[in-house]
Amino acid sequence: MSNPKDSVSRTVIVALVLCVVCSVIVSAAAVMLRGKQQENAVNEKKMNILAAAGIEVVNGDLEAAFATITPKLVDMRTGEFSTDEDVMSYNMRKAAKDPSKARALTREQDIASIRKQSLYSTVYLVEGEQGIERIILPIHGYGLWSTLYGFIALESDLNTVAGLGFYEHAETPGLGGEVDNPKWKALWPGKKVYADDSYMPAIGLIKGKAAAGDMHKVDGLAGATLTSNGVTNLVKFWLGENGFAPFLSKLKAGEA
Amino acid sequence: MSKTREILLGPIFTNNPIALQILGVCSALAVTSSLNVTIVMCIALTVVTAFSNFFIALIRNQVPSSIRIIVQMIIIASLVIVVDQVLKAYAYEVSKQLSVFVGLIITNCIVMGRAEAFAMQNPPIPSFFDGIGNGLGYSIVLLFVATVRELTGSGSLFGFEILPLVTNGGWYYSNGLMLLPPSAFFVIGGFIWLLRNAKIDQVEPAEYKIASHTK
Repeated sequence: MSNPKDSVSRTVIVALVLCVVCSVIVSAAAVMLRGKQQENAVNEKKMNILAAAGIEVVNGDLEAAFATITPKLVDMRTGEFSTDEDVMSYNMRKAAKDPSKARALTREQDIASIRKQSLYSTVYLVEGEQGIERIILPIHGYGLWSTLYGFIALESDLNTVAGLGFYEHAETPGLGGEVDNPKWKALWPGKKVYADDSYMPAIGLIKGKAAAGDMHKVDGLAGATLTSNGVTNLVKFWLGENGFAPFLSKLKAGEA
Repeated sequence: MSKTREILLGPIFTNNPIALQILGVCSALAVTSSLNVTIVMCIALTVVTAFSNFFIALIRNQVPSSIRIIVQMIIIASLVIVVDQVLKAYAYEVSKQLSVFVGLIITNCIVMGRAEAFAMQNPPIPSFFDGIGNGLGYSIVLLFVATVRELTGSGSLFGFEILPLVTNGGWYYSNGLMLLPPSAFFVIGGFIWLLRNAKIDQVEPAEYKIASHTK
């Protein structure tokens, strides 16, 4: 302790001063940039919704493109529109982790391996002069390595697929990662989700190429059987009885 | 002036942190599958190394030696958090792809190594240049690796198609291995081999000799 620099009091003072200075800098950066960061997250979500709906953003004007879209909350238990939660701030992923805002799925129900499902889902309606033109539904489920998050858009008949896209996944690049391939995504529009009036989803991926004119099957991803199965399962789950099927049937009957 | 030049440019080829000192290899594996992401990572690391060196050199005479590593860590960690927040605000797409690796700059051996080896003994300005120089040395390896990986793995550079892929109607079968992190080992190995061919003094003496099997 001959060196005054190494005395105990000096050590404590240096540590304290440094901690205070650094924490002020870090908190200042976090607070000042928060607004911009939240805006980015919201914009990104809007971009994904627009991409799934097949609406083009003109000149980067996100707000104008999004103006035709109305978000609404659906109660997954009743299949009806709900105003129990604020639709703008409702976060499905957060809600799914909160036991009071989610329901656990049994092994038989949980074909998409998501374990817990939030009680409400945010759906997006594209409304035109003749009422609903398109409806965009959030979907997610397990693939090979990761949970795939995306949207599926349906035409006004609530049966024909208008588009499908995933905005977050970590599947193998080049194999399962081909879910992002525009050519593969282009196979989806025009496919029918339900056969007859059953509300049992018939849509899904099959190994190899789907027969020409097949209304329900989409080509599987080559070399990515498990990701393909995952996509089939998650689409079947979210459009099935524990997903949006009750809502879609009520919406069609005009009761939602 | 020539000393500044040496501090700044030395780490690029003659004393490269990745190729000669084999530091900071972990992030070189993880973030080099596309050039866009790599460039942002390089800038982030260079900024953090330069400023952490600068601030640590600034207070080097005040820091009690018993807590000097902790002091260095606090400064580095604060800088990394600030960089991460800035990226989230102004380069959102890229920050999503970099995800956890920006945070992991904290543990990057180059930053810590330069703080301990250089900034603790030198004044702020040379330390700052030393940080930039080592950041550039790191960047040049990463950019080399990313160029090779993106070109052979996705047939593109900066996301622009260079080799038309078979899946898009072209002729190039992409090499999926190059998109996976282990491929960076091979590319870094290749870089080190090229460098040591040009600069023979970097070749380490063999620690042992393999004896022949037969008499």
